[in-house]
Amino acid sequence: MTETTETIKTSTGRVLRTEEMVVNMGPQHPSTHGVLRLEVVLDGEIVVDVIPHMGYLHRCFEKHCEHMTNYQQVVPYVDRMDYVAAMTNEFAYVVAAEKLLKIEVPERVHYIRIIMSELQRIASHLIAIGTFGIDMGAFTPFLYYFRDREKILELFEMTCGARLLYNYIWIGGLSHDLPPGFIEKTKEFCKDFKTTLKEVNDLLNYNEIFIKRTANVGVLPKDLAINYACSGPMLRGSGVNFDLRRDDPYTMYDKFEWDVIVGKGEMGAVGDVWDRNMVRQREMWESLRIIEQAIASLPEGDVQKAIPKRIRPVPGDAYGRVEGPRGELGFYIVAEDSVTPYRIKARAPAFVNLSVINEISKGAMLADLVAIIGSIDIVLGEVDR
Amino acid sequence: METLLTFLSEPAVTALLLALLPLAFILVYALVVLYGEMKMAAHIQNRLAYMENGWHGTLQPFADMLKLLQKEDIIPAAADKFLFILAPYLVFVGTYASFAVLPFSSGYIGSNIDLGIFYLVAVSSLVVVGLLMSGWASNNKWSLFGALRSAAQLVSYEIPGVLAILGVVMVYGTMNMQSMTQMQEGGIQNWLILGGNLPLVQKLSLIPFLFVLFVIYLVSSMAEVNRTPFDLPEAESELVQGYNTEYSGMKFAIFYLAEYANLFLVSAVVVVMFFGGWSSPFGSFMSGPVWGGFWFVLKGMFFVFFNVWLRWTLPRLRVDQLMYVSWKVLTPFALVCIVAIGFIMVM
Repeated sequence: MTETTETIKTSTGRVLRTEEMVVNMGPQHPSTHGVLRLEVVLDGEIVVDVIPHMGYLHRCFEKHCEHMTNYQQVVPYVDRMDYVAAMTNEFAYVVAAEKLLKIEVPERVHYIRIIMSELQRIASHLIAIGTFGIDMGAFTPFLYYFRDREKILELFEMTCGARLLYNYIWIGGLSHDLPPGFIEKTKEFCKDFKTTLKEVNDLLNYNEIFIKRTANVGVLPKDLAINYACSGPMLRGSGVNFDLRRDDPYTMYDKFEWDVIVGKGEMGAVGDVWDRNMVRQREMWESLRIIEQAIASLPEGDVQKAIPKRIRPVPGDAYGRVEGPRGELGFYIVAEDSVTPYRIKARAPAFVNLSVINEISKGAMLADLVAIIGSIDIVLGEVDR
Repeated sequence: METLLTFLSEPAVTALLLALLPLAFILVYALVVLYGEMKMAAHIQNRLAYMENGWHGTLQPFADMLKLLQKEDIIPAAADKFLFILAPYLVFVGTYASFAVLPFSSGYIGSNIDLGIFYLVAVSSLVVVGLLMSGWASNNKWSLFGALRSAAQLVSYEIPGVLAILGVVMVYGTMNMQSMTQMQEGGIQNWLILGGNLPLVQKLSLIPFLFVLFVIYLVSSMAEVNRTPFDLPEAESELVQGYNTEYSGMKFAIFYLAEYANLFLVSAVVVVMFFGGWSSPFGSFMSGPVWGGFWFVLKGMFFVFFNVWLRWTLPRLRVDQLMYVSWKVLTPFALVCIVAIGFIMVM
């Protein structure tokens, strides 16, 4: 680091020198997406080093789970982890718990879970791209996306009464069946939403200034992405064709026809910020495809038939994982002969993805660092748990 | 009554009152633009904005102003107090002093000096000193970043801006802003953006170069008033709030007032140079000192609107890209235009 400092001698003989500046970015900074604190070493505008400090939102999630009265009570608590994609968290926990309890759920439950999880993925990506736009200085796409996210939240609200933290997916079933009118409203949403997607593509994703800001910035090479166990759009943006929905098809994802979106480096290098953002944008189209197919072939049935009255698993362990909006979201549950879990470990994708920030932001500019944080799409509730 | 009249007709008092006219204009205009920008932004973004206070929230700017007046005036403990207090006023003075040479109508110009536009460029540079001062005195690293960025940006963009002005001055042969406007009188065909009141051949060959100069000046003026896509000194997603991070209450309000005043200032310069200043687009129809004021403010407000429109549409550039635009795109084009205009004017 000493090479960057240089000394200048003034005419009066005084020695001036330049030095690096340590700036505290966060926990109250507008674009660290929550209470992330980055200790940034800067040489002028160039980032020399980034040290993330976490834990400002640590709520002892895993420890708390051991003290619930039963397994079912963990569900509302996992909602609070990744609060912009609560439905996916429930899904992941329930997949793990059902694996542990060896419960078979009716087909209708699988279908509704997939519809909900894909709607949630769209809602989460809308926030990700919208706030990324704000980081780039474009405020308007954010509000366009929030308008459409509102429609998804309305769908959730009419299903389970909550707009953010749902407690909808239960072990062995769902808290409610779909309400009347849900199918029509979802169909209508799928149709209208495509217009907004095209509109924001023009306004933001293919904007000349936006491309200039994001192409070739924060390039995450394939091997580095795999070494750091990145997942989700972060991994696929780097050109790795891997998606749990296809490669480890939990529930019924193998019944639907859709494509895994991979970054191709259209505007710059493969794995740059633009690619990651575009993977999210295009994944929304694929989610719409899945939702449309699921709605068209939604089977009849009772969604609460398989819900156990009392949960007391045989001692053992299980790991269940789903492809969340941010990547592989997994829960590892260890059970002993008791009604409460002995230990729960969450594999939070945002936490794992964030660990790569130091590698990819060295040598970038301060404004690029903001772009990189935005493209990782972190939710601090999940990072700190 | 008579004593009041004699008091008012004292030359010193008259001069003072005339000098305060632009201030009154700025205050009223700032309220209008504050309201207008919020409403325009809201409608661009599919929202409603202020709807509660008064008809469609028209009283909201007054409420905002009262709120800012009541706010606690915080000076950070480690700040350089004198510079910290001085900075916002210096920024405002730099802007307000430039209003002196703006010809609001054929009947009113603060100071009809021959060096008009040169004076304007020189005095508005004072703003940089104020911004740098505020960033340094705040003793905050983000403020310092903002201040240094603004200094680099304003100095870089002044060059293409001034070169564009130079090209225009070569056509007019004067730097007096009132005479510039008078040369464009007689209808829309005499505005400089359409070649001015020159012989037809000269006029037609000038139009492309003048249009390029117009674009260059418009872009560099946007950079000079720190508006998106050039709002790096106060890029809220990178630098928290830039140079005015530590300011609160009326000092903060004065920064904003200066920014809005500056916005009108650069729009007014565009209007005077290219769009006929206070002259009516219909020749002698609707022209005269009062109509002049109307046209001047209307045209100015159009460019203010243009800036607001861009601000809520475009993302922000990065520092190095900002410099690239200034030094490698705008400056060479401006130089080429100056040479070309020189040849055409000699012909």
